[in-house]
Amino acid sequence: MILDLARFIDSERPLWDEFEKMLERFDADARAPMTIEQITRFHYLYQRSSSDLARIATFSAEPRTREYLESLVARGYAEINARDYTVTRFRLFRGPLGWLFGTVPRTFRKHFREFALGVAITIGGAAFGAAAVHFDTGAKAVLMPFPGLQDTPGKRVKEEESAKGDRLQGHKTTFSAELMTHNIQVSLFTLALGMTWGIGSVMTIFYNGVILGAVAADYVAAGYTQFLLGWLLPHGVIEIPAILVAGQAGFVIAGAMIGWGDHRTRNERLRLVSADILNLAGTAAVMLVWAGIVEAFLSQYHQPVVPYNLKIGFGLFELTLLILFFTRAGRAPKSK
Amino acid sequence: MTAAMTARARQSIEIVTPEGIHFGLPLAGPIARLLAWVIDAMLIGAGISVASQAMSIFGVVSSDWYAAAVTIAYFVVSIGYGIAFEWWWSGQTPGKRLMRLRVVDALGLKLEFQQVAIRNILRFVDSLPLLYMVGGATALISRDAQRLGDMAANTVVIRQRSLEPLDPAVYAVARYNSLLDYPHIAAVLRQRSTPALVELALQAVARRDELSPDAQLDVFRLLAEKFRGVTRIPEEVTATLTDEQFVRNVLQVVMTNRIHS
Repeated sequence: MILDLARFIDSERPLWDEFEKMLERFDADARAPMTIEQITRFHYLYQRSSSDLARIATFSAEPRTREYLESLVARGYAEINARDYTVTRFRLFRGPLGWLFGTVPRTFRKHFREFALGVAITIGGAAFGAAAVHFDTGAKAVLMPFPGLQDTPGKRVKEEESAKGDRLQGHKTTFSAELMTHNIQVSLFTLALGMTWGIGSVMTIFYNGVILGAVAADYVAAGYTQFLLGWLLPHGVIEIPAILVAGQAGFVIAGAMIGWGDHRTRNERLRLVSADILNLAGTAAVMLVWAGIVEAFLSQYHQPVVPYNLKIGFGLFELTLLILFFTRAGRAPKSK
Repeated sequence: MTAAMTARARQSIEIVTPEGIHFGLPLAGPIARLLAWVIDAMLIGAGISVASQAMSIFGVVSSDWYAAAVTIAYFVVSIGYGIAFEWWWSGQTPGKRLMRLRVVDALGLKLEFQQVAIRNILRFVDSLPLLYMVGGATALISRDAQRLGDMAANTVVIRQRSLEPLDPAVYAVARYNSLLDYPHIAAVLRQRSTPALVELALQAVARRDELSPDAQLDVFRLLAEKFRGVTRIPEEVTATLTDEQFVRNVLQVVMTNRIHS
């Protein structure tokens, strides 16, 4: 117990000042190197301040010094007690290539069940969209509220194939940037909706599937399958998996929110997957940048400018690389 | 490493360190957070405007490149503002810094990059349907005033407290203090004076020169009445004292335990 607060503050103040100066150094540069002596001193000052806080807690009539010490101890506690380093950390800025070819595919495989769930929901949505367009011609206007898709496939194909000159001339790059930013926003939105216990993510992915299925059914039924594949495959084989990767992150969040059979608290579960969520968000963003470039600079050009078979071949090539990337990259070499 | 945490009626979160030390992190209120957001929103608008101007360099290549650069700059500034500032400034944006707020780990640990990024990405949902209605409603009903982004990232927004311990000069009295001649009265004053009353008296003494002479008289008269209500003080102890001197003497008694010699 402190008998004389004034004397106590007078004697301890130099130590608190020294501790505060060290903390300010950390604030300015968190990675500043420290010698063993400095670390030992920092730890001593933290313990001393903690001890002072425990002592002054008995002196209820002086809240200001207690609050000051609480603030010092809280900052010191944050510095000394770092996160559990066994948890996977987000390492993009420690090596972009290491992140892309190591962390990304490993994280994808680690949460493959969530990705598979997204694929299943998309297939379900696509089947629904295809059935709706097949059985109800009026459904097209509701399911595909986009001007470019309202015409009959035949009319659209005729327009595209007879187009004179480059219709995107002068705004191809802008179109590409708009596609990238819009799709990344949609992906992040799908991810964020994981906080609704996954319900929002399910709805977004299902709706994407519905549109995809409706468009595909419309063009296939009209006999324009080759046009459809040539139009969608070059960018779609990257864009659709990217949205599914964002959905995968959303389902990872949802899994942590729900926590079936997991005895840990919700906060602990979310903390454990936080790096994975960010890795998947980054993956989706990178994929959508590529998809945006391909969609603006290749997908919008049709026969006779670019042969359909070439576009389909390019799309299949991308898909093969993507599958190889997610299944093979980042694996430890097999020991002989 | 473990830390126990309990909520105190959404006013602060209390952390108990493995060494058994308790400390509290006072949670930020919704108004302060709203004001910080308004400031940040204005700065984001200004940042987008500046970035758009800077992108005019791409206009040299073509108007297409310029428009694309502006589109990307808008996206990067609006998404990256919160992430960049909260990471570089250890949980603060300019708006939060002005409002003396800070994002911290919910367990009092060091803020990690993924926490900063996730809480900012989740703004997409928190800002729905407009003006952060989802985030605001969630923060109001959440035990720790967390919006969805804070929940996902395990963060809380706290008020930064004054980083100044009490200056002993405020209650140091050089003169004779009659209260110290009555140890039992001094003991009762120390025991029964509430922290709020003592803090009020300390503030009054520290800032007396900011008050007009009439206000000084009123403030110290009210404080003296409050302290007299704590315990019965014999007339002869305070008979010759002004209210201000009485309050100063009480503070010396409460803040120190020096026996009058």
